[in-house]
Amino acid sequence: MEVHVDRGRCAGSGLCMSYVPAVFDQSDDDGKVLLKAARPASGAAAAVRGAAARCPAGAITLSGGDARGR
Amino acid sequence: MPHESAPVPLHTRRTHFDPADDLRRLAADGPVTRVSLAPGAGGEPLWLVTGHEEVRRVLGDHTRFSTRRRFGSRRAAEDDGERPDEGVGLLMDYDPPEHTRLRKMLTPEFTVRRMRRLQPRIEAIVAERLDAVERAGHPADLAELFASAIPGPVLCELIGVPRDDRDDFLRRCHAHLATGRGRQERTAAGSAFTRYLAALVARQRKNPDDGFLGMLVRDHGSEFTDKELRGICVLLMLAGLDNISGMLGLGALALLENPDQLALVRDDPAALDRAVEELLRYLSVPHAPTPRTAVEDTTLGGRLIRAGDTVVCSIPLANRDPHLTAEPDRLDLARDPVPHVAFGHGIHHCIGAALARMELRIAYTALLRRFPGLRLAVPVQDVAFRVRSTAYGVERLPVTW
Repeated sequence: MEVHVDRGRCAGSGLCMSYVPAVFDQSDDDGKVLLKAARPASGAAAAVRGAAARCPAGAITLSGGDARGR
Repeated sequence: MPHESAPVPLHTRRTHFDPADDLRRLAADGPVTRVSLAPGAGGEPLWLVTGHEEVRRVLGDHTRFSTRRRFGSRRAAEDDGERPDEGVGLLMDYDPPEHTRLRKMLTPEFTVRRMRRLQPRIEAIVAERLDAVERAGHPADLAELFASAIPGPVLCELIGVPRDDRDDFLRRCHAHLATGRGRQERTAAGSAFTRYLAALVARQRKNPDDGFLGMLVRDHGSEFTDKELRGICVLLMLAGLDNISGMLGLGALALLENPDQLALVRDDPAALDRAVEELLRYLSVPHAPTPRTAVEDTTLGGRLIRAGDTVVCSIPLANRDPHLTAEPDRLDLARDPVPHVAFGHGIHHCIGAALARMELRIAYTALLRRFPGLRLAVPVQDVAFRVRSTAYGVERLPVTW
């Protein structure tokens, strides 16, 4: 899986960071998403899909093998 | 206060924790329905959106659905004219690019990490309130002593209202916001409450501290007008009082009615984040976000919405949509978190969501720890609920322990 974040769309809710701290962070400067791991470990795929679905700004998109889940 | 005999607006009707039956019947007709929220009381017809996907589409599309305009007679006055003083800084009534300008400066002040700095203060406020419950003895009213008594002091911490001023400030705030009347009927600016906020802003301009207002002034002093800063404080009070008191009171009741689930949360702090998320979804305290106005003709849920039409999104129905999660009407604190819309969605997503989540987590934990034997002191049918408010909640919640 590959994770893409659109910082232009990001509303700074910090949801993704709370949800998958290994993959997402929140910038102290502008409050927006920072990507820590563009290719997360396969064990984190489900949590990352959850974060993408819950993002209030639709700023997280996924591509690659396990982007869609089962 | 609105006249007690006036009908309760349709989209705010509930039965215990659930959307009321007449509201559910609407959702059964389809995700988007043409309806009057105050039938027989002159309420003009509008679109009520009840499907989860459709609600996310409306809230996520600020180019087609604007928050700039308002209901009813205010609509014409607010269309393109000068924003009235008391509306300045209220972000939920702004569209981009003005919204973007203000929100961009606020976002860094509301990050998860920034909010964590408030944690010890929130813990102290909650502990004080639990002391008061204990002092009150059996039975104690959790609505008055716990649910309604926590959010105000927490907001004072955030905004930087000195401790000695808090009682007066919160009393004036309640009078000014006239809880239960909705935003449309706020008293005009110039009340003691807004005067106090104006003075607070002026003090911070002169001598900024490291609180929220001080940081804004330090980082963006010249980019905010005094009225905008004052309005942002009003917005935080509007958004952070009834919504949180509603969640605290209703959440406590939901836990008391589900002892097995209460035990799960009480004995496993790790389960709490998930539990808070599920309580937010299940209780859906805010009835609806700011009404939207369609900017152009749009098809939604198979219905044609015309430019200028008012669109209201139902938070409780969207969060109980069977497409969102299995068994949506069941409270399941161990449920995998679902993308609920209790904080809204899109550019107006609640800026205080991180603070709200932290506040709820701290308060529920402390309540269950302090009173492991907590139970209702009255039959459940005697619990009084709060109607005619922008956020659902309990009016009285007598408990014993």
